Amino acid sequence: MEKKKWNKKKTVAAALIVTFVWVTLWLLQCLLVPKYASEVVEGNLIAEYYQEEKDHDVLFIGDCEVYENFVPAVLWEEYGINSYIRGSAQQLIWQSYYLLEDALRYEKPDVVIFNVLALQYNEPQREAYNRMSIEGMEWSMSKVGAIQSSMMEDENFLDYVFPILRYHSRITQLKREDVQYMFSRPKVSYNGYYMRVDSKPATNIPEPKRLANYQFGDNAYKYMDMITNLCKENDIELILVKAPSLYPHWYDQWEVQMEEYAAENDLKYINFLELQEECGLDFNTDTYDAGLHLNLWGAIKITDYLGQYLIDECGLEDRRSEEHLSKIWEEKLAEYYAEIERQKVLYGVE
Amino acid sequence: MLFTSYEFMIFVLVTAVLYYVLPKKMQWCVLLVANYVFYAIAGVEFLPFILVTTVSAYLVGMKLRSLKAGQEQYLAVHKAEMSREERKEYKAKEKKKQWRWLLLTLLFNLGILAVLKYTNFAISNVNSVMKAFGSEGALEFVDLVLPLGISFYTFQTLGYVIDVYRGKYEAETNPFKFALFVSFFPQLVQGPISRFDDLAQSLFAQHKFDTKTVSYGLQRILWGYFKKMVIADRMLIAVKEIIQNGDTYQGAYVFVGMLFYALELYADFTGGIDITIGIAEVLGIKVTENFRRPYFSKNIKEYWNRWHITMGTWFTDYIFYPISVCQPMLNISKWSRSHLGDALGKRVPVYLSSFVVWFTTGIWHGASWNFIAWGLGNFVVIMISQELEPLYRKFHAAFPAVKDKWAFRAFQVVRTILLMSTLRMFDCYRDVPLTFKMFGSMFTTWNWGEVLGGGLLGLGLDVKDYVILFVGFLVLLTVSLVQRRGKVRDKISAKPLAVRAVIWYVLFLAVLLFGAYGVGYDASQFIYNQF
Repeated sequence: MEKKKWNKKKTVAAALIVTFVWVTLWLLQCLLVPKYASEVVEGNLIAEYYQEEKDHDVLFIGDCEVYENFVPAVLWEEYGINSYIRGSAQQLIWQSYYLLEDALRYEKPDVVIFNVLALQYNEPQREAYNRMSIEGMEWSMSKVGAIQSSMMEDENFLDYVFPILRYHSRITQLKREDVQYMFSRPKVSYNGYYMRVDSKPATNIPEPKRLANYQFGDNAYKYMDMITNLCKENDIELILVKAPSLYPHWYDQWEVQMEEYAAENDLKYINFLELQEECGLDFNTDTYDAGLHLNLWGAIKITDYLGQYLIDECGLEDRRSEEHLSKIWEEKLAEYYAEIERQKVLYGVE
Repeated sequence: MLFTSYEFMIFVLVTAVLYYVLPKKMQWCVLLVANYVFYAIAGVEFLPFILVTTVSAYLVGMKLRSLKAGQEQYLAVHKAEMSREERKEYKAKEKKKQWRWLLLTLLFNLGILAVLKYTNFAISNVNSVMKAFGSEGALEFVDLVLPLGISFYTFQTLGYVIDVYRGKYEAETNPFKFALFVSFFPQLVQGPISRFDDLAQSLFAQHKFDTKTVSYGLQRILWGYFKKMVIADRMLIAVKEIIQNGDTYQGAYVFVGMLFYALELYADFTGGIDITIGIAEVLGIKVTENFRRPYFSKNIKEYWNRWHITMGTWFTDYIFYPISVCQPMLNISKWSRSHLGDALGKRVPVYLSSFVVWFTTGIWHGASWNFIAWGLGNFVVIMISQELEPLYRKFHAAFPAVKDKWAFRAFQVVRTILLMSTLRMFDCYRDVPLTFKMFGSMFTTWNWGEVLGGGLLGLGLDVKDYVILFVGFLVLLTVSLVQRRGKVRDKISAKPLAVRAVIWYVLFLAVLLFGAYGVGYDASQFIYNQF
């Protein structure tokens, strides 16, 4: 009896210790992971998708050339298309594949739009970007795949499972926002769109670098095929796009390969670099960083073109009559316009 | 597989679980498999080397065993009919046979070590000599593998064969158990260099899961990680910066680098040994201690009795003593006594043997003149301190109270640390001339103002890093002071559960949060891995 009592006491003590350790480690992890609140807010883009009601007609996947150049609010307001951007900084093609696979667990859009600049990379580039693309994903086999395909040589899978192992050294660099956003992050995007209303004319575009090899790599093509097949298997129309960003340079040799790939796989391909005039883009006013990315005014122009294209070529229907969806968008648009006004004041834009 | 890698921690965990879950009679088999898996992960190409050493030592051990048994049997049968001289002659003849087998295995295994570790060093010296004589030709360096822990397992194995030859114990008859002794994975990388009679019994015994032993082992491992990851790997950043940029960092920087390296090496090496001993403890196995608070030594001789103890005793038992009593040395002793007088003459063979030991110690640490210079530097300092012994005695006779003064003991400790740290500069710099140049700059370049006026913050560490290092150093010092009065873990385990839990959890958090590991930090090897 005495022994039993003792064992019970010991078990309770052990359980209390384990719980205490678990809770403190979890709290520490919440404290230490970067919040991407005031700087590099792109780190929050991927996670925001999970807060959405998932009934999108169009999903964008890709790098900054999608999340800074296409505006879902415009697609809704002008064409009644419900869309979302699953994009993050330097999102590599295999990350796009796994993000699409992940999204398909929740919904089946009619159209997926993929920005092709990511084909330039055949292998992982930078750990910091990997983190921003992957960490926001909820755990699934897609996330496991994204991690395994993206890790640099000095990275370890366990560091993704327990981010405290990666960010432990931030203990000496904590800021107020780390405490403020320990449990919930500020919303930074508008259906995945990262907004900037300011302008910086594209007056000095760097000369394109000469490359040793203009052929897209095998790994990049492998994942391009996987995206194509995934869309076909799910009866989704895949549209390849090249955003009109002037830099990094889009080479003619790349264009030829993309056109060939689209033709071979019976895919639609839109190169917005060639549609600048048609869209009415002016790189004196429509970019906020001298040609790398469009600002809101430029993004509205090409989104407008895309919206019409989706209606005409893909047969998407106007859903503005759907009450529930309209209500959701009403709130979203209010936030969207409020942010425009906030940024106008911030950047002194008329 | 670095000791600090997640893979290693998982490997140890899996090994420990299998070790205790499977039937006890299989425990040593689990360990043997774990050893070879560990070694294969380090490099499959290394396996033949450790296997060759294991097999050769095992076979020679068995041969020595059968020769000794044959000798005993023969003497038992023929003792009555043999005269004392005949017995002596027979024994000498048999000993010679055994000696040939011992010599064979020594030459074979040391030959492997020499070829793999020192060929390129020899080639570089030959090239230097050829260049000095005006030759334009140069021998090409060869691309040889250096199996993990080769210096450690070779010495451990040869120690076994020598002990069997000396009749200290009988040879192990089970080849697999012998293979386990040679390849025990926690100590394969950086020692300690265990003796068969110290380790084998514990290694082959059946161990039942004991909460206290296992938790003691885990605590020791955690302490090792604290030293390695919080102190050594953080200190490494500044040490590297100083020693790899000799043109930039001279004068006071050299002095700072020298002291930083002393602390880094201590935290690195003792941390590694703590992890080794801790893992063994988790498995219920007792491994010989390798350090006894060496930085509290009052002289260099004492220091070497407390630093890397198993290496020091190995060199003493298997090199110093045999050389001291070999026939040529006895002849030298005789000659020196008759020509140099009794006092000096009897020290000559000791110094000659010490010279060989320190030369070997130096070159064992690495194939470069730096290590040889370091070894011989130790020899010179020890020799000088022995020669000055009468002077010390006179001084203490004149001032008998000084010896027991706290300040004098502190002076002795600081002197020993400075001496050892100075000698270790040979480890740090690219070559011997540069080491001397940097040493000289401590006296010729007076830039303490620059170093203390912000220079320390230019070495890759910020104020927070220095605070962490300082606190870490204080913890290290406190633990060392407490250790003088008994095992720290015993003292902690006597405290209430809540206190114990807080102590170990805080240590765990210190490693987790302040450890210099992961992306952004170099996954640095333990310094002694390379030996």
